[in-house]
Amino acid sequence: MSLRRRGLVMGAAITAASLLLGGCGGGSENGSEASPGGKVTIEWWHIGTAEPNKTIYDGWAKAYQAQHPNVTIKVTPMENDAFKSKMATVTTAASAPDIFSTWGGGVLKQQLDAGIVKDFGDVNAIGKFTSAALAAYQIDGKTYGIPVDVGMVGFWYNKKLFAEAGVTEPPATWPAFLDAVKKLKAAGITPIALAGKEKWPGHYYWTYLAMRMAGLDALKQAATTHDFTGAGFVAAGRKLKELVDLEPFQKGFLNAAYSTPDGQAATVGSGKAAMELMGQWAPSVQKDAGGGIGEDLGFFPFPAVEGGQGAATEALGGGNGFAIGADAPAEAVDFLKFISQMDNHKKFVESGAGLPALAGGEEAIKDANLKTVATTLAGATGFQLYLDQAYPPAVGQEINDSVAGLIAGSKTPEEVAAAITETAKAEG
Amino acid sequence: MTHPALTERPEKRPRTGARPGPGPGPATVRRRRLRGLATVALFILPALVLYGLLVLAPIAIAAYTSMFRWNGLGGWPEDFVGLDNFTRLFDSDVFHGDLRNGLIIIVLSLLVQLPFALGLALLLNRRMRGRAVYRLLFFAPYVLSEVITGVLFSLILSPESGLANQLLRAVGLEELERAWLADPSTVLPALFAVMTWKYFGFYMILFLAGRQGIPAELGEAAAIDGATAWEQFRHVTLPLLGPTIRIAAFLSIIGTVQLFDLVWVLTGGGPDHASETLAVTMFQFGFKRTQVGYASAISVVMFLLSMIFALAYLRFVMRRDTQGAVTTMGDHR
Repeated sequence: MSLRRRGLVMGAAITAASLLLGGCGGGSENGSEASPGGKVTIEWWHIGTAEPNKTIYDGWAKAYQAQHPNVTIKVTPMENDAFKSKMATVTTAASAPDIFSTWGGGVLKQQLDAGIVKDFGDVNAIGKFTSAALAAYQIDGKTYGIPVDVGMVGFWYNKKLFAEAGVTEPPATWPAFLDAVKKLKAAGITPIALAGKEKWPGHYYWTYLAMRMAGLDALKQAATTHDFTGAGFVAAGRKLKELVDLEPFQKGFLNAAYSTPDGQAATVGSGKAAMELMGQWAPSVQKDAGGGIGEDLGFFPFPAVEGGQGAATEALGGGNGFAIGADAPAEAVDFLKFISQMDNHKKFVESGAGLPALAGGEEAIKDANLKTVATTLAGATGFQLYLDQAYPPAVGQEINDSVAGLIAGSKTPEEVAAAITETAKAEG
Repeated sequence: MTHPALTERPEKRPRTGARPGPGPGPATVRRRRLRGLATVALFILPALVLYGLLVLAPIAIAAYTSMFRWNGLGGWPEDFVGLDNFTRLFDSDVFHGDLRNGLIIIVLSLLVQLPFALGLALLLNRRMRGRAVYRLLFFAPYVLSEVITGVLFSLILSPESGLANQLLRAVGLEELERAWLADPSTVLPALFAVMTWKYFGFYMILFLAGRQGIPAELGEAAAIDGATAWEQFRHVTLPLLGPTIRIAAFLSIIGTVQLFDLVWVLTGGGPDHASETLAVTMFQFGFKRTQVGYASAISVVMFLLSMIFALAYLRFVMRRDTQGAVTTMGDHR
C-alpha cells in the first residue's frame, strides 16, 4: 500500500517535472531546422492577451496552418510583464523563439547585440508599411522587425469647451497654442489635464518640444553622444516653462494618476478639462475612467514651433511589431508576410485592435478621430519612438523625472538638460 | 593573565553542575559535551541554513553588487566601479531629501504619534462603558494592509472630489482646503497623518499591555502618600512604562527607515520627491531604471543606518531593559 502510494507520488512528480522542463526548454530547438516540404514548427510568443487581439492572432495562425499543412504554429500568449522578464532570460541565454513581440528601439538593439534576432532583408517583399510604422525596427539601415500597428501622441481636445472659450480652430503654432490656453483659463475652464504622479505623460511635452526645437537627428545623435546639453534641448525646456508658467493644469495635478477615477483621462473624459496630450488609446481610457465626451472629442497634432529644426508633420509614437529569432525557419518569415497581407491586416484594423501599419489601411478604421490619427501618421515626414523605448530605461526615467521637476517648478531648463546628460553618460 | 581568578573560573564552575560524590571522568564529560553540541547543531542547522540563504547571503550579494555598474541582467556583474555608486549617492539631492524626510517623520512620530497613543492607552485603561469596543475600533486600522490604506486615503485626500476637502467646504472652512498630497508643502504632514491613523492603534495596544503590567498597588500607595493624578503618572506610571516606551520608539524609528508601501501607493514619492523615502528611491533605481548596482548601494546604506542605529540603541538606551536577557546570558548557564 505504502509502496504503491510512493510510486504514485513519484510518478506524479516526474510528470510534473517533465512538463516544467518541456515548458522551459521550448524555445529555438523546435523548428529551427527548416526542411522544405517537411514538418516545421513555429514558436510564436505574443502579448495580445486581450480581445480582440487574441482571437485575431489565433485566427491568423489557424488560417496559415490550413494553407500550409506541414507547418504547426505554437502560439504562446503572455502578459506584458511576464513577457518582458521571459525575454530578458532568453536574451541572456541567446535562445529566442521563432517569432516574438517587439516595440523596437533600445530593447531590440539589445536583442540584436545578443545575437537573437535576424535581419528581414528586403522588407518591401513582406508588406508596404508606412515609414512611421517601420522606423522603430530599423537599426543602421537594416530591418529587424515588422510592425502590426502603430500610433502617435497628440492633443485630444473638447470641441465644446474650446468653442465656449472662443477658440475657433485647433492651434497650429506654439504661440496660438499658448493663446488658446490663456483664453480657456480666462473662461474659467481648466485648459489641460496632466497626470503628474506618473511622470510619463508630462515627458511627452518635453519630447515633442525637443523634436521641434532640436530635431529628430539631434535626438538620434544624443543616443550615442550621451549629450543632451545642446541649445535645442535647453530651448525645449524653455518652451515648456512658458506653458507651465501659465498654470494650465488641473488642481492637484502633481499627485494625479493617469487612469484612476480622479486622474488625467477621467478629468478630460468628464469634461472638466479641455485637453490632454496622449496617445491613440486616449478615447477608450477617457471613456472607461470618466464616461467619455462622445462627439465633442477631437484630435490635433502637436503644434509647430518656430525657430527650431523640426517640422509640425513629425510624430512621436510607437506600436507593436514582431521580430524573428536568429534560428527561425523560412516559414516564420512567410507567416509574417501572410499576416501583413492587406485583407488580413484590415481585419485587424476593423476589429479596433490597433491603427494600421500598412499604407492604405486607414480605410478600414471606423472611428473618425482614429482615422485622423492614422492619416496624420501616414503623412508624417518623420517619426520618433517613445523615448523610454528608444533609450535605455535609466535615461528614459531620468527624462521623465527631470521634466516632472521642471513642471513642478524645481528644475530649470538647463538643469533638466544637465541631469539627463549626467545619467546618459553614467549609463555609457 | 594577571588575574588568575578569571582564568580559573571555568574549573571552579563546571558546566555540568556540581554533583556530590565522585564525578564522571574527563573523557565521559567531553563525550557528553560533544553529543550535546551535536544535538544543538542538528537542531540549529535548518534555521541557520535558511537564515544564511535568505538573510546573510542577500546582504553579502547586495554589498558586492553595490560596487558595480550593473543592470541586473545576464549573470554576475562585471563592470567594477569601486565606491563610485556611493559617491554618486552621497552627492544626490534626492538622497539628501530622503534623509531629511525620514528625519522629519521620525521626529513627528516620537513627538506626536507615540504620546497620542500613550494618552489613549491610559484613557482606555480606566473603567468605562464600551471599553473593549473602543480598543477594537482604534486597533482596526492597523489590521488593514498598507496598500488598502494608501488607496483609501488617496481618495479621501483627492483635491476636487476628496472627502477631506468636501468636509472642509461643508463646515465653511474653504480657506483650509489644500491639494494635500499634490502640494510639496503639505505632502509630508498629510503622509504623517495617514501613518498616525494607521499605526497609533498598534502602539496603543503596546502601551496598554505595558500599563496593565503595573500593579495597581503602586498607584494606590502613591495616592495614600498624597500624590496627585499627575504625580502618579509622572513618578509611577511613566517610569514603569519605560521599557515599553523605549521599544515602541525603536520600532517606530526602524519602521520609518524602511517606509515604502504606504508612500508608494499614496504619492509614489512625489510631488517632485517631496515625500520620497530611501526605500522608494531604491525601488525607483532598481526596478524602474534597472540600475541595480546603484540601488544596491542605497540598500547597503539603509542596512548600515538601521544596524548602527539598532546596535547603538540597544547598547545605550535599552541596556537596562535587556540586562539579564541577551547581554548576560553567559553567566547564567
